[in-house]
Amino acid sequence: MAPNTHVTIHSVSKRFGGVKALIDIDLAIERGSIHGLVGENGAGKSTLGKIIAGALRPNEGEIVVDGRPVHYVTPHDALAEGITMIHQEIALVPQLTVLENVYLGIESRQAGVIQKRDLRRRFEELIARSHFDMPPGVLVSSLSVSNQKKVEILKAVARNARLIVMDEPTAALPDDETAKLIEVIHSLREAGTTIVYISHFLEEILSLADTVTVLRNGELIRTTPTQEETPESLVLAMLGRSISLTFTPKRFPPPDAPIVFSARDLCREGAIDEIAFDIRAGEIVGLAGLIGSGRSEVARTIFGADRRDAGTVMIDGRPVKVDSPSEAVNAGIAMLPESRKDQGLLMGMSVGHNVSLPHLPIISRGFMVERGRELRETTDLLKELDVRPPQPAIRVDSLSGGNQQKVLFAKWLFRRPRLLIADEPTHGVDVGAKRAIYRLLTSLAEDGIAVLLISSELEEVLGLSHRVLVMRLGRIVAEFVDSPDDHSSLTEDAVMRAAFATK
Amino acid sequence: MSSSDTPKVIPAEEQRPRRFSLGILSDYGIIFASLTVFVILSILAPAFFSIRNMLNVLDQASQVGLVALGATVTIIGGGFDLSTGAIFAFSGAVAAFIARLGYPGLGLAMGILVGLALGLANGGLISALRVNSFVATLASGLTIRGFAFVLTAGLLIQIEDERFAFLGRGRFLQAKISVYFFAGFALLVWFLLSRTTFGRYVYAIGGNDEAARLSGVRVGLVRTMTFAISGLSGGIAGVIGASHIATGQANVGMGIELSAIAAVVIGGTSIMGGVGAVWRTLLGVLLLQLISNGMNIINVPPFYHLIVQGSVIMFAVAMDSIRHRGR
Ligand SMILES: Nc1ncnc2c1ncn2[C@@H]1O[C@H](COP(=O)(O)OP(=O)(O)OP(=O)(O)O)[C@@H](O)[C@H]1O
Ligand SMILES: [Mg+2]
Repeated sequence: MAPNTHVTIHSVSKRFGGVKALIDIDLAIERGSIHGLVGENGAGKSTLGKIIAGALRPNEGEIVVDGRPVHYVTPHDALAEGITMIHQEIALVPQLTVLENVYLGIESRQAGVIQKRDLRRRFEELIARSHFDMPPGVLVSSLSVSNQKKVEILKAVARNARLIVMDEPTAALPDDETAKLIEVIHSLREAGTTIVYISHFLEEILSLADTVTVLRNGELIRTTPTQEETPESLVLAMLGRSISLTFTPKRFPPPDAPIVFSARDLCREGAIDEIAFDIRAGEIVGLAGLIGSGRSEVARTIFGADRRDAGTVMIDGRPVKVDSPSEAVNAGIAMLPESRKDQGLLMGMSVGHNVSLPHLPIISRGFMVERGRELRETTDLLKELDVRPPQPAIRVDSLSGGNQQKVLFAKWLFRRPRLLIADEPTHGVDVGAKRAIYRLLTSLAEDGIAVLLISSELEEVLGLSHRVLVMRLGRIVAEFVDSPDDHSSLTEDAVMRAAFATK
Repeated sequence: MSSSDTPKVIPAEEQRPRRFSLGILSDYGIIFASLTVFVILSILAPAFFSIRNMLNVLDQASQVGLVALGATVTIIGGGFDLSTGAIFAFSGAVAAFIARLGYPGLGLAMGILVGLALGLANGGLISALRVNSFVATLASGLTIRGFAFVLTAGLLIQIEDERFAFLGRGRFLQAKISVYFFAGFALLVWFLLSRTTFGRYVYAIGGNDEAARLSGVRVGLVRTMTFAISGLSGGIAGVIGASHIATGQANVGMGIELSAIAAVVIGGTSIMGGVGAVWRTLLGVLLLQLISNGMNIINVPPFYHLIVQGSVIMFAVAMDSIRHRGR
């Protein structure tokens, strides 16, 4: 065994009931390296990460750390060995501050009393060490998703972790934030920390990782130095087939397509101001802007999830009353929210019940749910969207992250909406599923649905939208229109400039 | 890698059975527990296993059982109703008060309606003010019991009229009328929870009310209805109680809401909300009643009943927690 091996995994298998999540995995992770893990949704990446970090126990096989076999019972045991994990879903206490979360359970104490001042000092050192800028006193619940991810990384660093498993840490981060995070990861490696890095962004893996392991259906396909891989070679290994990684040419709606959705003068104090725009049938409008520029707030206000101080929402030219999500649903508006776990899905409920929840009135006779019909229609939809497995009866939280995202889509497509608002629609989905979601969005638009797209991946916004609105400080500050014969106005450069307001 | 350091592979069988049985035990533990107690009691006391005693057990369980069915709905919906004991007393007092004026039937009906109305008020308040249901119903329970004392002037309202005692003492085909109410209400709640849109919404708001709201569920309305059902259950149980002793009084039903919540938890419905089922509550109620009935039959001194009940509840809560950790 090489002396520089940090963790070795010997013939590890993991089953969940009848599902084989991992089959006979052998893997060696080099100390101080960044080890990438890639694979389709459900390939077993998170499961492998959790086993390394002691959050799951393998059914078979053995984990060897620093040459010694280990048998973790809880993640705490792994932490004692300097191993921790940043999970795909955020796991912070929202009611506590950044500082309290970072030092939760490892507070400086004297006779049981928490030493606030000492904690502050430690926090400042931590910030200096990690190059993160983060106010210690704010509540985690008031932070954006990306900032919450940073808090989680701080938390791991504060625990002096020598190996950190990062499960899709950049999944909802915009490019500039991702760049910062990657810097941090580099400096962690320089300090000798080993990092297991799970991501669906192949470019990111290729530029960041030293070694990459490809999983497919629970099996390890290969482990190679990243220099020997290309995005195409990885995709081929992950999917067993190759797919195109470029966007298909856009199909533009006819210029006289009717206006499906209009917002007029939407205001919400402290969040958005004088938001006004239209979306035509078949049009995909992208909302771009930095984190905190008010994109999600626009979505939530249109959907009635946040109270609005002024403004009108119109569907097909008629003003509709959307003071609550239930009114929005009835008016034909659907919203895929930003956070799948907190806002999108009921994790303890079955897949089928999640999908049908907003639409129960239409599949009920009186107050009685027509269960046969529900089962049939949800199953069909799950198959159509390629959710794996397409079984409505299983609990949502037993699906892989990407498949959960597809369930979220199914939930809002059960009854075709007039306006579909998609906030981070490809959050955590693999390259194949991403293409499937792009195709889905495109074909929904072709069916005459108006689509409002929000994404932290600019590439996605540019590749799909017919028109992009750029937001800054709660206002729409620029509009870029793509057209069939002139693609020069909608460019990454122009959008970024407007977002940052540099001329 | 040389063969000498080939790792020792831990066979799956070494770890699996324990987790497996624990999972089953915690999920369906209530069934095993009820069966076990049932069998033990049948062996220990021949008098136990008779139709007569069984119907007796059901009758004894009916009042707590009704309240527990109501509590099942609030708990699955992510709430707690601590006011049902007070509603129990107030409904019974209203029924007796009206019966004394010469209208026993109307009194019983009004008692039930008052329970429903109080539940609606609870729910409306909790939803409109967005207050924690635990605290809100603690407060409303005190108030309601206060009104019960005012209504009865702190005295017993005894009702001579035979018709008033019908609900609590009357029989139909061997079984007490109360048992039919219990069974009927159980069916109603089962139907609501597992077959209707309302039931789905209850599970949804209990699981995550923000996600439910963003799915178009009218959270406030649904939550209000869960408390209305709980109030209704307190009302029905209260008039049955009053009818049984032919008396309306303000200090009955003390702590019945806690026994009811205990029964719900023992059945395996999670206090975290979002999961649970009516059959679980029925078994939980039955188990608690069997234990106290059985202890009576085998002459365990009454003081020990509390100790045993407490231990059973603790055990059930531990099981619930294990189940959550397993996920
Ligand atoms: N708690 C669980 N219970 C049952 N099945 C599970 C559970 N967790 C994971 N699985 C199953 O194990 C398989 C691997 O899941 P895993 O979460 O490791 O995938 P992943 O590679 O991380 O996918 P993604 O990219 O979507 O996050 C999937 O088929 C999933 O449905
Ligand atoms: Mg995953």
